[in-house]
Amino acid sequence: MIAQPLTVPSRLAASLLDPLLAGPDDLRAWNGSDPARRLAVHRNNVLSSLVDALADTFPVAQELVGEEFFRALAASFVRAAPPRTPILACYGAEFPAFVAEFPPAASVPYLADVARLEWLRVQSYHAADAAPVGPAVLERLSSCPGALGDLQLNLHPSVHSFSSSFAAVSVWSAHQGIGDLADIAIHADESALVLRQDLEVVVLPASAATIDFVDAVRRGERLDAALAAATARTADFDLVPLLAALLGRGAVCALELS
Amino acid sequence: MKPADFGPMTASANQMRHVLPATELPARAGIGLKPQHFREVLATRPDVGFFEVHAENYMVAGGPFHHFLGRIREHYPLSLHGVGMNIGGVEPPDEGHLARLALLIERYEPASFSEHLAWSSHGGVFYNDLLPLAYDRATLERVCRHIDCVQERLGRRMLLENPSTYVEFASSSMSEADFLSEVVRRSGCGLLLDVNNVHVSCVNHGRDAVAYIASLPLEAVGELHLAGFTRDTDAGGAPLLIDSHGAPVDAAVWGLFAGVVAKHGAMPTLLERDNNVPDLAVLVAEAQHAQSYLEIGSVPLREPRRALEHAP
Repeated sequence: MIAQPLTVPSRLAASLLDPLLAGPDDLRAWNGSDPARRLAVHRNNVLSSLVDALADTFPVAQELVGEEFFRALAASFVRAAPPRTPILACYGAEFPAFVAEFPPAASVPYLADVARLEWLRVQSYHAADAAPVGPAVLERLSSCPGALGDLQLNLHPSVHSFSSSFAAVSVWSAHQGIGDLADIAIHADESALVLRQDLEVVVLPASAATIDFVDAVRRGERLDAALAAATARTADFDLVPLLAALLGRGAVCALELS
Repeated sequence: MKPADFGPMTASANQMRHVLPATELPARAGIGLKPQHFREVLATRPDVGFFEVHAENYMVAGGPFHHFLGRIREHYPLSLHGVGMNIGGVEPPDEGHLARLALLIERYEPASFSEHLAWSSHGGVFYNDLLPLAYDRATLERVCRHIDCVQERLGRRMLLENPSTYVEFASSSMSEADFLSEVVRRSGCGLLLDVNNVHVSCVNHGRDAVAYIASLPLEAVGELHLAGFTRDTDAGGAPLLIDSHGAPVDAAVWGLFAGVVAKHGAMPTLLERDNNVPDLAVLVAEAQHAQSYLEIGSVPLREPRRALEHAP
């Protein structure tokens, strides 16, 4: 079977991200000059604007490897996985996984996890709005401790949990001026909660048990089951300070008796 | 080309053309709203006629973008400018994208919605650039179908922006101005006349910008855009201007703008800056400069005033 020749739009589209593919024969320049030089304006617009979008989403990843390396890495990603949506805030979900499999970045094994944390920050920033429950609810709850285990928490849509087998939270924080990169022992498990508080996304270092608890709550489990998940990890896990912190940061939108 | 070659307009486009204005923006200078300026805009309430945002930046569920746009919208008219509808694409407008756009329009009640005579997606991939079209009959019919689809879904007229282009197509059978004129006539959409794009495209293709503007249906223009470009050269050494939205407005573009305003009166005019975004005060000052042209030129004149043909 003979392959159909590409239509002009298809050929043009294909040439935008493939440096080895010439544009369609239909292209012209008024002065008879080689239109390839003109097509290069679009090729550059496409690649550089999408790389810029990734640099906006993953600024610490760029700082970690330097602008030149990052742009080459991001360009490889754009060519392998160009956006399928015109909403650029949604572009880059697969970038951390691509980084993890990108051989030239193997010498920075925590790069993918830092990128994953940055991706969660952007998701948290643009997450749906929801009215939080005030911290005063905790006092009312403490007056009826028996019912606590039957409660279900609805977390704010901006709440995400993050875990890494590297000190990715410390690395990210050091790039915000919190702590010193030189003091970080990179081979250490770290976790954090990511959430939006008063229009700002915050990254809160958290224990593995806290992440277990929050993940269980996010799955829709009742407090007693979520608490069991946390205490299975850390026997003396203390629920009340965590609940107070979540409520205080506006991370809980509803408490329901299941 | 005779308009009659392409048959009558559809009933719905005809109705919209006569019932709904293409824009309700004030005939003043406005600026693009940038996230880094959100708080300063609310705190200082600069004297600009309106703000324009890219629709796709606000197609997110919630958070600061909606928080600030909602508050700023309480004080200013809004122009919603799309870059992802893919009006010139091979595929019809994406229903999901139209639904998100309709939601934004319902929420923010913009005075104007505009898009580009260009394509940006193909085969499901979004290229994040405004890509060129061959101006032939098949493309004309496709573009009109897509505009009909958008206008019917949104229940309002849209403005279509003339593109900045770098390449032309051997298969084009009409000029860009004739193509745009015919799209306006058939679909009932309005025009967003990007004066910078006129200058960029005319320099890039060896055309006369004044003649290009004169051959458009200027009564359909609902908004003007002004922006900056960067200079390059093509393979033959001829100047190749690149629409960068990253520099102040060029003297040649101010001159064309003055001519349009002197002939056709004040119109909503956006100062576009998407790259190298300066301080808010710089954008506001540039808008106030455009505003001074609008005020001088708001009384339509038969001939452009000579003094206005020169840059500031």
